[in-house]
Amino acid sequence: MAVVFEKPKALSDVPFHYCPGCTHGIVHRLVAEVIDELGIEGTTVGVASVGCSVFSYNYFDCDMVQAAHGRAPAVATGLKRALPDNCIFTYQGDGDLAAIGMAETVHAATRGENITVIFINNAIYGMTGGQMAPTSLPGQVTQTSPYGRDVSTAGYPIRVCELLSTLSGTALAQRVTVDNVKHVLEAKKAIKKGFENQINKRGYSIIEVVSTCPTNWGLAPAEAVKWLQDNMLPYYPLGVYKDVTAEGGNN
Amino acid sequence: MAEKVLMKGNEALAEAAIQCGCRHYFGYPITPQTEVAAYMSKRLPKEGGVFLQAESEIAAINMVLGATSAGVRALTSSSSPGISLKSEGVSYIAGSDLPALLINVQRGGPGLGGIQPSQSDYWQATKALGHGDFQLFVLAPSTIQEMVDFVSLAYEVGEKYRVPSMILSDGMLGQMMEPVEFPTKKEGPVAEKPWATNGHKNQRKKNIINSLYIEPEELENLVNERYERYAKIKEEEQRAEAFMVDDAEIVIVAFGASSRVSRSAVMQARAEGIKAGLIRPITLWPFPDKTIEKAVPTAKEFLCVEMNKGQMVDDVKLVVNGRKPVSFFGRTGGVIPTPAEVLDQIRALAGKEN
Repeated sequence: MAVVFEKPKALSDVPFHYCPGCTHGIVHRLVAEVIDELGIEGTTVGVASVGCSVFSYNYFDCDMVQAAHGRAPAVATGLKRALPDNCIFTYQGDGDLAAIGMAETVHAATRGENITVIFINNAIYGMTGGQMAPTSLPGQVTQTSPYGRDVSTAGYPIRVCELLSTLSGTALAQRVTVDNVKHVLEAKKAIKKGFENQINKRGYSIIEVVSTCPTNWGLAPAEAVKWLQDNMLPYYPLGVYKDVTAEGGNN
Repeated sequence: MAEKVLMKGNEALAEAAIQCGCRHYFGYPITPQTEVAAYMSKRLPKEGGVFLQAESEIAAINMVLGATSAGVRALTSSSSPGISLKSEGVSYIAGSDLPALLINVQRGGPGLGGIQPSQSDYWQATKALGHGDFQLFVLAPSTIQEMVDFVSLAYEVGEKYRVPSMILSDGMLGQMMEPVEFPTKKEGPVAEKPWATNGHKNQRKKNIINSLYIEPEELENLVNERYERYAKIKEEEQRAEAFMVDDAEIVIVAFGASSRVSRSAVMQARAEGIKAGLIRPITLWPFPDKTIEKAVPTAKEFLCVEMNKGQMVDDVKLVVNGRKPVSFFGRTGGVIPTPAEVLDQIRALAGKEN
């Protein structure tokens, strides 16, 4: 009988711990499919960050390093400089990448580190139980913004792709989501481009995936997708913010 | 025999690391260690290596974590305030059983403190360089030659036991010049690293470098296993120099820069007929309790001389355990005690005994 659907080889055969309706599972699968298609599992090293995806070292079947909160780009830099011919990727959430790890993120990008960054933006701290993130929307109610994010005291959410697109070392800054089949396919294409950029030594690639967190948003999975479409996508427009391959040439 | 060359401590240490096979240096400028970074930035590109000036001390130590995970010998260096910033990464390195090497060229503290030599990071280096139950293998050089020799020792012991190592130097040793000789054997034995995350090449199971263990029993077992390695290090890796200690009634305990001052004072005391001696801990962790223990029967007095307000003296007291008096003399804030000051202390103790 023909096999029509199977687990990517680059995913370990263990159940995810993610909540129902969380998009981490889809994104993990896309990353693993790309690793399989490029045939790079044996030369890839992933860096897990602190947050819900911390256990991704159990899920990806390549070598994995677990980094301190926010430090994944620095750990990835050390790995890449020691292993220039291997593929190094980080998998980071919004608190990790855009709050505590913003310095490491900006400097890895501006150095043009040849790494691929998968950035999960779900506008909340998931692992610690739903606190305000640097990407929480104005007015968004969280455990630490119980009256809604007040921009006069808590400031404005950071648009990461727009910010990193201004840096010369950034090869790819693209925002995608996985709310429907079309968008899932586009997300996979972007992730693949991020890995191909690394293989072709083009510099730092970031793929921001606008994601759901039904548990901490207090919504059912289907409602969470609707909330993402109605609230997150207007603030975080999908699209390519920088792509050196489209500009014609390697940097 | 290799030729002797006159070198600054920081530069000699950097050259020693290159000769040990270190090709990956990650650092951030801070006085008085900056010559290590400057030397590496000049030399490493010519050796096909990587010099990277990081955006912070925090990033630099995490780059060391990444490079060490890949299986190479990496290095970072800093001075006291910068080492505090690195402490998070050091804890992760220890919790991940990685053998990274870091250098502290100490200056006065706390806070921004000063830029003159100090030994006030002894507690930090030996007791708590970060959160959690862990230790580093800590070496205290007292000459520029030791700044060279201890680099290979630090790498070898760290790799053997999979623990982070530190060379605890100070602004005096970092900045002063002495003739040094580099070993003709360029590289020491490099341990196999089957744990390295350098790509499994579809030939082995994946490696994971991690310090997270959610199940308390699992974490406890891992920490217990690590403490078995620490026990072995305590048993097999203690190092100390005993200078004129055999018949000494007044035994000074001093490491690094303050041991140089103390040695002069001991020789002057001997010239005056006072039976003084010096125990110089070379490994600060493991603390050389065997050498101290050996001196307890003959010593009448122990005197700890440090460039701080009294830190190593605690460890000396723990070994002596009340059997003999243990006193302390120190200068702090970047002030180096003079041999005359130490001699006065010795005379006072000798007088007390007479």
